[in-house]
Amino acid sequence: MGTSKRDWKSRVETLAHTRLNDCYQCGKCAAGCPRGVSMKLSPTRLMRAAQTGDVLEGAESDSIWRCVSCLTCSARCPKSCEVAGVIDAMRQIAIEENCASPEAAKIVAFQKAFLRSVRKNGRTNELEMVADFEIRHFLSRFELMGALKDATLGPKMLGKKKLHFKLGSPVKDKAIVKRIFDKCGVKI
Amino acid sequence: MAKIGVFTCWCGENIARHVDCDAVSNAVAKLPGVHCSLNYKYMCSEPGQNMIAEKIKELGLTGVVVASCSPHMHLKTFRKTAENAGLNPYLVEMANIREQCSWVHSDREIATAKAIELIGMAVEKVRRNHALEPIKVPVTKRALVIGAGVAGIQAALDVAAGGVEVVVVEKEPSVGGKMAGLSETFPTLDCSQCILTPRMVEVGQHPNIKLMTYCEVEKVEGFVGNFKVTIRKKARYVDITKCTGCGACWNACPMKGKIDNAFDFNLGFGHDKKLGKRSAIYVPFPQAVPARPTVDAENCLRLKSMKNGKELCGVCQKQCAANAINFHDQDELIEIEVGAIVVATGYQLYSIGKEQENPNIQGYAEYGYGKYKDVVDSLQFERIISASGPTGGEPLRPSDGRVPEKIVFIQCVGSRDNAKGITYCSKICCMYTAKHTMLYKHKVHDGEAHVFYMDIRSGGKKYDEFVRRAIEQDGAIYHRGRVSKIEEQTVDGVKKLMVYGADTLSGKPVVVEADMVVLACAMTPTTGAPQLAQKLSVGYDEYGFLSESHPKLRPVETNAAGVFVCGACQGPKDIPETVAQASAAAGKVLIMLSQPNLTREPEIARVDERLCASCGACVKACPFQAITKEEIRDRNGNLVKTTSRVNPGLCMGCGTCVAVCPSKSVDLIGFTDDQIYAQVESLAD
Repeated sequence: MGTSKRDWKSRVETLAHTRLNDCYQCGKCAAGCPRGVSMKLSPTRLMRAAQTGDVLEGAESDSIWRCVSCLTCSARCPKSCEVAGVIDAMRQIAIEENCASPEAAKIVAFQKAFLRSVRKNGRTNELEMVADFEIRHFLSRFELMGALKDATLGPKMLGKKKLHFKLGSPVKDKAIVKRIFDKCGVKI
Repeated sequence: MAKIGVFTCWCGENIARHVDCDAVSNAVAKLPGVHCSLNYKYMCSEPGQNMIAEKIKELGLTGVVVASCSPHMHLKTFRKTAENAGLNPYLVEMANIREQCSWVHSDREIATAKAIELIGMAVEKVRRNHALEPIKVPVTKRALVIGAGVAGIQAALDVAAGGVEVVVVEKEPSVGGKMAGLSETFPTLDCSQCILTPRMVEVGQHPNIKLMTYCEVEKVEGFVGNFKVTIRKKARYVDITKCTGCGACWNACPMKGKIDNAFDFNLGFGHDKKLGKRSAIYVPFPQAVPARPTVDAENCLRLKSMKNGKELCGVCQKQCAANAINFHDQDELIEIEVGAIVVATGYQLYSIGKEQENPNIQGYAEYGYGKYKDVVDSLQFERIISASGPTGGEPLRPSDGRVPEKIVFIQCVGSRDNAKGITYCSKICCMYTAKHTMLYKHKVHDGEAHVFYMDIRSGGKKYDEFVRRAIEQDGAIYHRGRVSKIEEQTVDGVKKLMVYGADTLSGKPVVVEADMVVLACAMTPTTGAPQLAQKLSVGYDEYGFLSESHPKLRPVETNAAGVFVCGACQGPKDIPETVAQASAAAGKVLIMLSQPNLTREPEIARVDERLCASCGACVKACPFQAITKEEIRDRNGNLVKTTSRVNPGLCMGCGTCVAVCPSKSVDLIGFTDDQIYAQVESLAD
């Protein structure tokens, strides 16, 4: 017997700091979502899935990875639900349960690379992060073209000062960063 | 010689935009009998009315035509003006040149010509008008309230508090109605018994209230202010004036614990067959008013044996120290006179699985009500969770007396289902279902309460907050969708109900394995409501709900003068609304009975008794039963002839009798054939 629906629901409530029963499915989160059109399960549907305990259905979906965490949904929710928090919780569960959608592999790899860089340096180091992302993504998919295509963007981004060559300039107190990560319980 | 004043109104721009009011005034001034013709921007305003009054006084007008809006709008206004200026108000007529002319025509020339013709017709009519006096009808200062649920109780108490005598007729052995059986009430969760029983006691003790329980209205005669009502006092077999309510009889009855109790909606429990059952001599519930028993003739061994000429049992009679039991009791007919009637006969739940009283309505075989013991309706569930119910408020399911771990509540059973024949929303089910989930969750903390709903309709003070509380704090699980079917299955030796529903919010079918199902079914009027409505000449709709006179402006009046409605007999409603409406009806009764005489419009039908052939066509056609056949006798008592005669207290002046009379011997005062022909003829000139 695995985790019950009720347990899944309370896990999301703990992670997202919100009460799922508060949602009355008005649809305002989906209506305002800038990524809504590309999501098979809209934020409203994801909220409903969480409400009914069908959390894995959300976690396994590609839709949660389309969210850019702009927080428009949470800001506009008439019941003050943490919609973006619920989506974030589902992403965390997807990684923990190793059930993230294969369609979203690239996004998942990018997010992982980002978090690894932050965990290591206390802030992002672009070059290190890009290298980490490209290598791991290549290793997972053996898709060379993607990495080469991204490589051509490098000079342009350098020109616009979106990328810096400086290697490493970590924050001074790494212990604090570690504490933050530990407290959040993020396993990357 | 007629001296008629014509006053044409512009109605701001409403009339003047499409009608040339000056041209109209000038043209109608030339009509025969018109003595003066004026126009003004707002005739209904104070300067406008003063203009009319001045002209009446100055010129001694014998008739007035106001050409403006519909008479529904301002006829009363202008008649009052004329009366104040000394002219009989019934010599004022209106020509409707707004709704029937300027608002429906855009061609100014044609509209102007039409306005002139409409005024010409009114002038012809007013030339033939006669001064009339309002009819005065004497009033009996006593009211009748039919039904003693919360609506009837409230109406009776309010009328009685106004110093008027009230007779309350209730068909059940006790007052209290449906509310007396409810558990706790939304949105405050106060106990129904706690708020109602003090009022029940008050109704039983009030010096101005005569309580007649176990009685039904047999016949209603007469008219507003003067009704004669025959009441059937059903044989109770107990003299409630002698009885002390000690309980010796019902405790001794050999049928004790064997008979379904209608007050508990015939609930029965598998684990304890006596639970919820009563004896043959019984009080329906301990808080009953009057707290006196009734013998159920169908189940009483003595009364059944008496039919066969024997005298069996009779244990209760032997036990009764007050000698109050009389097995030879008979139905009695009692006649009372009242001035006003309040109908408060309430509702019942639509019978879900069984055959229907109304052939246009179908049941829900797919929900297994009546087939599966654990599928109950919401009023049965009220009794199950009520502290005064058979289980003492413990939520036990009927089949085996287990505490259900999962209950499914289904809303809109019958309501809003065109295929089953009821299209209306029963209004209270969303609220009481939310309440049911709360009460259940308060008693079974880890139980699951699933609700299938179509919409949540929780309009009302603190109502939506209440529903949200059920969902957010008490954790009721709401699924938006209807249930298709319910099947009973045995899982691990326990009977379960498989509920096949849907959740349209996630777009998926939902199956719940429930221990019990509660159906929130449609509210329908009580059995016999249409028959009572017919006795009272009150209209009713296809479902049997009584019709109010106007949905907004006359919500407690009916088309039968002197008959008022309140509570769920008029349409589904909750307790606060019912109480408000009952107080409103009581207010209307007190207004009516506060005057020594009733004043009625004199524009009613009159039979020319010399011409009447007494064919009775009008008697049959009259929708208000205002016409009766009467005999005319000479001084020696010999019959001269029979004739139809109109009761001025009942006639509403609709004119149906005029249309059906083959000998043209009925006429409508104020709208005589002569006047109407003259109006039509004026168009031919």
